[in-house]
Order: sequence, then C-alpha cells, then structure tokens
Amino acid sequence: MQFEYIVLIVLFGYLRNNLQTKTLYPQWDKFLLGGLMVSVAFLIISTTIKSSDVITTWIAHGLFFAIIYLAIKRKEFKPVLSIVYAIIPLVAINFIEDVVMLISTSFYDEWSDYFKTAGIFASIWLVAMLIINRRQRKALEKERLKTAEKEKEVKVTESLKAELELQVAERTKALTIQKEELQLALDELKATQSQLIQSEKMASLGELTAGIAHEIQNPLNFVNNFSEVNAELLDELTHELDNGKIDEARVIAKDIKENEQKINHHGKRADAIVKGMLQHSRTSSGIKEPTDINQLADEYLRLAYHGLRAKDKTFNASMKTDFDASVNTINIIPQDIGRVILNLITNAFYAVTDKKKNLPEGTVYEPMVTVTTKKGKDQIVISVRDNGDGIPSKVIDKIFQPFFTTKPTGQGTGLGLSMSYDIVTKSHGGELKVDTKEGLYTEFKIILPL
Amino acid sequence: MKILVVDDEKDVQVLFEQRFRKEIRTAEMKFVFAFSGEEALAYLNSHEHEAVLILSDINMPGMSGLELLKHIKQKFMKPPPVVMMITAYGDAENYNIAKRLGADDFLTKPVDFALLKEKLKTIH
Repeated sequence: MQFEYIVLIVLFGYLRNNLQTKTLYPQWDKFLLGGLMVSVAFLIISTTIKSSDVITTWIAHGLFFAIIYLAIKRKEFKPVLSIVYAIIPLVAINFIEDVVMLISTSFYDEWSDYFKTAGIFASIWLVAMLIINRRQRKALEKERLKTAEKEKEVKVTESLKAELELQVAERTKALTIQKEELQLALDELKATQSQLIQSEKMASLGELTAGIAHEIQNPLNFVNNFSEVNAELLDELTHELDNGKIDEARVIAKDIKENEQKINHHGKRADAIVKGMLQHSRTSSGIKEPTDINQLADEYLRLAYHGLRAKDKTFNASMKTDFDASVNTINIIPQDIGRVILNLITNAFYAVTDKKKNLPEGTVYEPMVTVTTKKGKDQIVISVRDNGDGIPSKVIDKIFQPFFTTKPTGQGTGLGLSMSYDIVTKSHGGELKVDTKEGLYTEFKIILPL
Repeated sequence: MKILVVDDEKDVQVLFEQRFRKEIRTAEMKFVFAFSGEEALAYLNSHEHEAVLILSDINMPGMSGLELLKHIKQKFMKPPPVVMMITAYGDAENYNIAKRLGADDFLTKPVDFALLKEKLKTIH
C-alpha cells in the first residue's frame, strides 16, 4: 500500500504547486495540505504498523476519489485534469482489488494475477499519460513563450511607432513653422515687388512728364490761337455782311470752319495725351480692350522723345515710323503694352545717345530710332530698332532678368525689360524677342497673337 | 519783311497765315515755312539774305531749334538774321542756352500773337 500513499503525497504536492493554491485558492490549499499531511502520516504508519492497513487504505481511496471528483467538477482544478485522468485506472483497479479482497479472499486469490496485470497496465497508462502530459505542457510552454516573445515584439514595435509618431509630429511642427516663415517672406517679397513696379512706373512717368508738358503745350497753342483768330474772323464776317459782300463773307466763313476743325483736332489731341498720362500712372486695369496699336506706338514714341529732349538738351535723334495701316485695333491691356513700348523706345534712345557720346568728335553718326508695326497671318509685330552699340553677347542672356541693368547706378532700376517680358508673355500670351549686333543695332520685337 | 517760321507742327503754317492775314494781304510781311531744322538750313542756303527774321521751335526731331540757332549765328551768314526761339519749355536752362547761342528773343507756347506782333514792330 505504500505506493498509493507516495502517489497521494506526490499528487497533493503537485496540485498545490501547480495550482498555486497557497495564493490563489487558500480554502483548497488547506484541504490539499491536510490531504498531504494525512498521506505522509499514512505512509509512516503503514511502514511501521502492519495492522493499520485496512482503515488507512479506505481513507486513501476516499482521498483519491475526492481529488478525482474535484478535478472533474471544479473549474479551478481544470489545469490538472489530465494528470487526474492518468491516475483514474490505477485508483479504480486498486479500489476494485480492495473491494474484492474484502468480499471474498478466495475469489481475489483466484483472480489476483488479473488484478496484478490490470495494475501493471494502469501503471503503464499512468506513466504514458504523465509523459504525454509533460510533452503537452512543454509544447504549451513553448507556445506561451512564443506568444510572450511576440507580445514583447509588438510592444517594442508599438513603442518604436509611438516614438516615430512623436518625431513625425515634431518634424511636422518644424516644417509648419518653416512654411509660415517662408509664406511671410514671400508675402513681403510680393509687397516689395509691387512697390518696385510702382516706383518703376513712377520713374518712367517722371521721364514722361517733361515730354507731356511739351506735347500738351503744342495743341494748346493751336486751340488758344485758332479760337482767337476765329473771334477776329467773326467780326470781319459781320463787317463784310454789313457791307453786303456775300462772297467774301463766304470765304471767311470757310476759314472759320476750318479753324474750328483744327481747334477740335488739337483739343482732342491734348485730351488723348492727358488720358495717356493718367493711364500710365494708374494701376493696370488688367482688362483687355480694342486698342489702335499704331496710335499707341506713335503717342509713346513722341512722349519718350520729348521727355528725353526736355531732360537732356544735347539729346538728339531721328525718329522713323513705319506703321502698317492694316493693323487696326487689337485686344490688349493698353496701359501695359504702352509701358512696354515706352520702355523699349526709351532704351533705344538711351542706346543711340550713349553711342553718340562715346564717339570721337567729328565722326559721322546719325542716331536713329525706328518703330515699325506689321500685321502677319495670326500675329502683330511691333518692333523698336535703334542703331546704337547693340547688346554684348555676354549679357544678352541676362537682359530679361529682374534688376539687371547696364546703366550706371541710380539711372536704371533693372526692372524695365523684365516687367516688359512678363507683360508680353504672361498677360498677352505673346513673345518678346531681341536681335542685336554689337556696334551696329538692337531690335526688340513684341509679337502679339491675334 | 520776310519771316522764316520753323516748326515740326504742320498746323503752324495755317495759324501764322491766319494770324498775320492782314499783314500778308498788305504785303507788309511775307512768311516762309520749314518743318525741320534741316529744311530751314536748306532754305537759308538757297535764299541767302532773304529772311530777316527766323522764328524757330526748339523741340523738333532731328536737328533741334538750338542747333539751328548755332548754325545760323556762328557759321552761317553775315550779318545773321534776327532769330526768335519759340518753345513749350519756358525753363531757365533752355532760355540761357538760347541766349548764349545768340538768340535775339525767347517766346513760350502757347504763343501770344499780340506780344509777337509788338516785338516784330520793334524790329521793323
């Protein structure tokens, strides 16, 4: 019987240890501890006192059944169920053996070999079950470790992710700040640019003012004087009528009418000049309207010429125009294209003046600026040509860049051509081309699509 | 008295002819017109000593009124004719240059013909 007690002791110890009843289920721990102690006591008794066998054997059976019952019925004992299954055959056979022995010793003796064999099988079952159980537990343990490893990995990944997210957030913040700073800088640049455009316009307006004064005095001269003449002629007309000289009165009336037409013509001319000046100083409307290109070119040519004349008394150049009458009107923003034409003409006059200044005294050179318009199949070309010194090939690529100027400091903003380029290409979908030969000529072509 | 008027504005001719129509009618004055400095010089070359008075604009394409004045007064004729400058710019600089180059008088546009007639009388 000692074997059964040892099994019980091991079993109780195993259950306590495996289920951790000491901490998890204290009430069961008391029972298991009691069972353990009883089993130890039985083992000691059975090895010392032979006669005590009967009672302790039945109590031991009771303890086995109690464990089996608990393992099957109670939830908390589920983890040890497989171990309990392992001992069931052994317990059952021992129990039957004892029962049979109690009822009929002779019957037991007769069948004892079978019981012994059954006991051996039960023991083999127990060992096999224990081995299987052990393997399963090992596999489970492995699985558990794997899961734990994975969880650990997931945790590491998550913490890395969180760290990355933090970094991303920081970067995003830094970038946002940078973006805002850049936006601010861009806004400032835009403001500066519009200021520069305005000052460029004002600078060219300044160049024009003197020209405008001259251009306006000329028509005024005619308006004032022709109207005075007409007043005198009307007196004469009345006088002739009083004397009955109808034919002579008719001649005078014809003169009055002609003078009146001149007054009207020059009045309109003055009006156009003032309008042109206002248009030039105004912020561009940005609205395209049908404009007489020839008239616009002529107007700005005169303004530029007289403006320079007024500023520099020694300035002298011949102007030649070759206008294609079939050009008619074309849809453009008149202030803007006017500014381009003015800019090109002013540059041309500057070029010829500069050349003349640098030539040795006595050299024959006739400064000449030619403005030509020409209608093509689907485009209009306005060209401004001068016989100045041309543009050196090393700077030709830079002339349309903002702030590039060959003029002495303070004389040019370096914005004229770059603004002209933008006006022609961006607002009008045209082209601004340059053709030049050093020492001979420069020709700018404004090509506008029809 | 023969007067040469130099101006690039074509209507100047009609204006002078109207303004001085009485003087023209009575043959008191005779007007000749040139529309550029070059044209004026060409006229003076071919009609030397005919014009006694020259009225010239300053701002003209090509040869300016001041250049014309310089030619007439320094290189051209002896005795030089009277030259009056007429300009839209009444500024001191123009005035001084014109005077230095030998202009006899200086008028600004719009031209006051009453004043011009007064001045012509004194020359006469």
